[in-house]
Amino acid sequence: MRPFSYQQSTDPSQAVQAGMAGDAASAGTTAYLAGGTSLLDLMKLDVLRPQNLIDINPLHATHGEITVSATGLRLGALARMADIADNADVLRDYPVVAQSLQLAASAQLRNMASIGGNLLQRTRCSYYRDTSYAACNKRIPGSGCAAMDGVNRIHAVLGVTDKCIASYPGDFAQAMIALDGQVELLGPNGKRSIPFAQLHLQAAVSPEVETTLRPGELIIALTIPAGPHTARSGYIKVRDRQSYAFAIASAAVALDIGADGIVRDARIGLGGIHYAPYRATAAEAVLRGRALDDASATEAATAALQGAVTHGHNDYKPELARRTLIRALIHVRDMPVAGAN
Amino acid sequence: MTKQDDDTIRGGLKRRSFLQFGAIAPFGATALLAARAQAQTPTVPAAAADMPLVLRVNGQSHSFVADVRTTLLDALRDKIGLTGSKKGCDHGQCGACTVHVDGRRVLGCLTLAISVQGKEVTTIEGLAAQDGTLHPMQTAFIEHDAFQCGYCTSGQIMSAVALVQEGHAESDDDIREYMSGNLCRCAAYPNIVAAVSQAKTQMQRT
Repeated sequence: MRPFSYQQSTDPSQAVQAGMAGDAASAGTTAYLAGGTSLLDLMKLDVLRPQNLIDINPLHATHGEITVSATGLRLGALARMADIADNADVLRDYPVVAQSLQLAASAQLRNMASIGGNLLQRTRCSYYRDTSYAACNKRIPGSGCAAMDGVNRIHAVLGVTDKCIASYPGDFAQAMIALDGQVELLGPNGKRSIPFAQLHLQAAVSPEVETTLRPGELIIALTIPAGPHTARSGYIKVRDRQSYAFAIASAAVALDIGADGIVRDARIGLGGIHYAPYRATAAEAVLRGRALDDASATEAATAALQGAVTHGHNDYKPELARRTLIRALIHVRDMPVAGAN
Repeated sequence: MTKQDDDTIRGGLKRRSFLQFGAIAPFGATALLAARAQAQTPTVPAAAADMPLVLRVNGQSHSFVADVRTTLLDALRDKIGLTGSKKGCDHGQCGACTVHVDGRRVLGCLTLAISVQGKEVTTIEGLAAQDGTLHPMQTAFIEHDAFQCGYCTSGQIMSAVALVQEGHAESDDDIREYMSGNLCRCAAYPNIVAAVSQAKTQMQRT
C-alpha cells in the first residue's frame, strides 16, 4: 500500500472542505474512508492510489440513521449494511432492501461497510483488480480491455461497449434503482439530491469515470419513497456458491397487484449482468396492466435482456438472468404480505 | 492450546523469533518490487513518518509507533505481539483475522489501526476468563474437534461468539449462512456448526 495522509472528520462540511483541500494539493487523489472494505482492498492491490484519506466514520453518530416513515425509508450514508438488513421496519416494509443486503458479502463485511460506500463499490473484473495486466480502460484510459478475449465468465452483457465489459457487482443498488431511490449529496457548493439512477454512468463510454459525483462530493443520505409496491418485494440472487459470493445474476422485484390480479405497478432491478445498476423498464412496461403469470413473466424477462451482447464465457448469462427474473416475479407475486389483497 | 504451547518450539526456540529470522531470506525480491513500483509512478508522496498510536485491546491500553498504513491485524500481531489473529488472504475474503471492535465482529485486515483508536478491541486472547477458564465457544470447538490445522480457528471462534450475540444462530442453516465469512480449507464445517450450536445453548444459559 502506498503512503497517504490521514485525518478524521466529525462534521460533513469539514469533511468536504478537507477533501477539496486534499484534492487541490494532490491533483484529485483524495478519498473518503468509510467501511474501507473496498477502498483498503483496492489500495493493497495498488489499483486505487489515494494520497489523502478523510476518515468519515465519526459521522456515523449523526449520519447513521435508519428511519421508516409515512414518506419512505431514509438511510444515513454511514448506516452499516448489517444494521439495515436486521432492521424490523425495513424487513416488514422494504423486504427487497433487507434481502439484498442480507445476501451480500459476509457478516463481518456487513458490520463494517457503510451503505453509501456500498453503492460505490468497484467491479470484480479480475483484469481491473490485477495491475499486472496492462490493458484495462478503467485503470489506464486507452489501454484496452483484457477481458474481451480473456476469462469473462462474470462479465456484463448489457451496457457494455468495445471499451469495457465489467459488471457492476452490487446487490443493494438493484433495490435502490427499482424503488426510485434518491441520493443526497454534500459538495463544496452545498447540498443537492439526485435520482440514484443518475449516480452511475449507464454505459461503458468512459470506463475510468463511473459516477456523476463532482469533485469533493460526499454521499450523506439515501432515501426510498413509500409506495403500495414496497411491501410486496424481494431479492433473488444466483451465485457460484450458496453464500458469500457476488451475483452472477440477480433480480430485485417489487409489485403492486390489485384484487383482480392485475399488476398495477412493477419495479425491476437486475444485477450481475449490466455495466451499471440496471432498471429493467421495458420488462416493467410488459407487466403493467396485465395478470402476472408464466407467460407474461417470460415476456417481461425477454424484454429485460433485449440487446444482450456476450463474449464467450458469459454466453450463459442472458438465459440465466431471464430465468432468475421469472423466478423472482413468481416468488414475489406469491409471497404473503400482511394487509395485502 | 495455551499461549506457552503456541509460542515455544522444542529446545526453547520461540516460534515468533524463528519466523522473524526466516523472513530475512526474500528481502532481495521485496526490494526489487519496490523499485519497480516507484518507476511506474514518480509522484509517490514521501513515506509517511511513523506515528504514536494507542489501541485498547482486551481491556488494556497498548502504545506503539507505526506507519499510518498499519492495519489493525498487523498492529495486533507485529506491534502488540498478539498473534492469535491470523493473516490468511489479507483482502477480507477468508475471515481468519476476525476480531471484535466495540463488540462487533470485523476484519482486522481491512481496518486501519489508526481508525480504531479509542475503541474497544477484543481478540481471541481476550476471550477466556481472567482465571484461564475457556469461553464456552472455545470449549465447544475442542469438544467437537472443530478444526484440523487450526489456522482459521481463532477467526472462526471470534465470529461464532458474535454470531450468537447477534441472535443469528437460531438453526444450523442460520449458523452456516452467518459463518460463511470464515473459510476453513480443512473443511471442518460440520464440526464447527455442531460446536457453535452447543456453545449457543451454554452462552444463553449463562
